[in-house]
Amino acid sequence: MAKFIGGVGTSHVPSIGAAIDHGKTEEPYWKPLFDGVKPARDWIEEAKPDVVIVIYNDHASRFGLDVTPTFAIGVADHFEPHDEGYGPRPVPACQGDPELAWHLTESLVLKDEFDVAIVGEMSVDHGLTVPLSLMFGQPDQWPCRVIPICVNVIQYPQPTALRCFKLGQALRRAIDSYGPDIKVAVLGTGGMSHQLQGERAGLINASYDNQWLDGMVNDPQSLTKIGHTELLREAGSEGLEIIMWLIMRGAMNESVRQVHRFYHVPASNTAYGLLVLEDA
Amino acid sequence: MNTTTDRDYRQIPGTYVFDGDHCRKGYALNMFCKSLDQETNRAAFRADPAGYLDRYRLSDDQRKAVLLRDWLVMLRLGGNIYYTFKLAIFDGLTMQHVGAAMSAKKMTVDDFRAMMIAGGRPIAGNRNVEEWSHG
Repeated sequence: MAKFIGGVGTSHVPSIGAAIDHGKTEEPYWKPLFDGVKPARDWIEEAKPDVVIVIYNDHASRFGLDVTPTFAIGVADHFEPHDEGYGPRPVPACQGDPELAWHLTESLVLKDEFDVAIVGEMSVDHGLTVPLSLMFGQPDQWPCRVIPICVNVIQYPQPTALRCFKLGQALRRAIDSYGPDIKVAVLGTGGMSHQLQGERAGLINASYDNQWLDGMVNDPQSLTKIGHTELLREAGSEGLEIIMWLIMRGAMNESVRQVHRFYHVPASNTAYGLLVLEDA
Repeated sequence: MNTTTDRDYRQIPGTYVFDGDHCRKGYALNMFCKSLDQETNRAAFRADPAGYLDRYRLSDDQRKAVLLRDWLVMLRLGGNIYYTFKLAIFDGLTMQHVGAAMSAKKMTVDDFRAMMIAGGRPIAGNRNVEEWSHG
């Protein structure tokens, strides 16, 4: 049977991808961040997942305003990096896992009434590729298969924090019911506090972020009660995307072991947060 | 409009929440920006900005804001930052350039970078429009 091996929460700031792509990770601005990420890389290198399910959001790349799926799963056998305006990032295409992706889809829709949009062709943007670069560096091929689960966090009304947590619980039931002996990790991405837009651009709320990190480890139920206005106000208009971490956390046992925790300000206009968790 | 929310997020200062009203207002503007994720479209826009904009049904104000690169006015006219940022990328600008240009008190990009390195714009005093109106 498939085995769930752990969850990672990480921000997916595009400038982190650019720092990796342009060889700037040892520069004074970036070195503290990449040093802080190293234990997570060590963890995943040791854990060796066969598949990572990446919970992320699309930033006006695969999806425009013409269609905004609240939750979408990629069932393709590969996913090319999207051209976000600079040409595509110089990273490998992701190899998908259509058999597992279809199993997850059937389980989510038929057993848990999570009616996800099914996407047969899907380019992926920095929301997905930056977390892979953070975890795996710059290989010629990603060392595992990837299943993208894309969440609308841009267009109000976004799904609630509670709905995200419940999707994670359903996702775990789907993983646990998959026959083949493979190891699966879940990456929840986005956040932490940041606001890219408006007169309040540049907002960072470190105390709120650290409360969130505490809650992710010890009391995720409390986070599921937080409403959008609080998130928009406290974490910033783009910081609301932190709700995607709750999908990863929902996939885990109530009690977890914290393998690694790291927090750093700034990565460009954003607070960077990282958590590596295993079931206790 | 019937609502299932009291839209209390409108009390957050300097923040343009991309709800349905905002989406409807900014649809053409955002989809013009979205089109710049293809090199052929970037080349066409570079060659003939006004002619390229004619393909999209922007309002006169939106069109003017695009041509003037007025990032804050684009937001007020329905723009979403992830879309308008594609225009900034087209210009070779970073998110910090755009952040500086939109900031409440006009900032240079160096000011903005320094603010981020010092921990970012603080949350204290930036939670509610009332805090700004007394400033």
